[in-house]
Amino acid sequence: MNPVIDEITKVAIRTDLTEFKVGDGVRVHIKIQEAGKERVQVFAGIVIARKGTGVHETFTVRRISFGEGVEKVFPVHSPIIEKIEVDRESITRRARLYYIRDRVGKEATKVKERRLSEGKR
Amino acid sequence: MLHTLIGKKIGMTQIFDEKNRLVPVTVIEAGPCLITQVKTEETDGYNAIQIGFPRRKAQNMSAGQNGHLKKVGLEGLSQLKEVRCQNAPEHKIGDTLTVSDFEEGAKVDVVGVTKGRGFQGVVKRWNTKGGPASHGSMFHRRIGSIGLCQDPGHVFKGQIMPGQMGNKRRTVQNLKVVKIYEDKNLILIKGSTPGFNGSQVLIRTAKKARKENA
Repeated sequence: MNPVIDEITKVAIRTDLTEFKVGDGVRVHIKIQEAGKERVQVFAGIVIARKGTGVHETFTVRRISFGEGVEKVFPVHSPIIEKIEVDRESITRRARLYYIRDRVGKEATKVKERRLSEGKR
Repeated sequence: MLHTLIGKKIGMTQIFDEKNRLVPVTVIEAGPCLITQVKTEETDGYNAIQIGFPRRKAQNMSAGQNGHLKKVGLEGLSQLKEVRCQNAPEHKIGDTLTVSDFEEGAKVDVVGVTKGRGFQGVVKRWNTKGGPASHGSMFHRRIGSIGLCQDPGHVFKGQIMPGQMGNKRRTVQNLKVVKIYEDKNLILIKGSTPGFNGSQVLIRTAKKARKENA
């Protein structure tokens, strides 16, 4: 990338967040401004994709909410992310887990787990 | 007064704004530009300033360019642009214009030469639909009818046709200045601007911006 652009975007890149990868079950803590007040909302699900590089890198979290599949895309370096907790680690054979969109029921939230940390679910 | 600077398009990126939104920006390295000539109503019949952007060594420039600059005691400004002023310009020859003339949040126009796409057909150049791909239509990306018969007897002006696309001077108006780095001579403008990375652009205060933003 261009060295000038690198220097501008360097300041926004966050190094304080937990490392995570595709397939991990994560809890994303998001700061939300509401009526002048700030509160924290948690979005928990599976990371199904990481895209892009540098400051515009994003990740997609998918969860089943009230029986409906919900996906949220977050910029990795967004200042609104307070912290990211990794609940479960998993072994994936794909870089993008789009195939879990087609799954129904219990299968939809299941990715092969790596038995390191026992999941809360 | 209208501020104008000559700059170089560095490229696009994204930055987070004060509301934590990711904003697409074009990074432009602009100025510092030197004033090489001042034209006034008395001397030239109109008010203008000529600004120059240092690009080249004097030895690599033509004798004509060097001679013009030598008259005012400057050198190495290969890119010169004349900017019209409403009133008699208050600047003097040799004054420096930098990005600090602009304000964050203000609106600017960016003038550049668009990316050249060569000779293109109507589908790419004017976004016409084109015909069916199959079933023997034999009409795929053609232009179609360009007019009527003996009445009116000519093709109307403005009829879309194939031809050279891009590589034209174009102005994008009312772009917001997101951020200014005075020490690095950089200006970050929301959205895209014409031309390739590394191409020369002209940034000026927006001509048609609303009063409150002017």
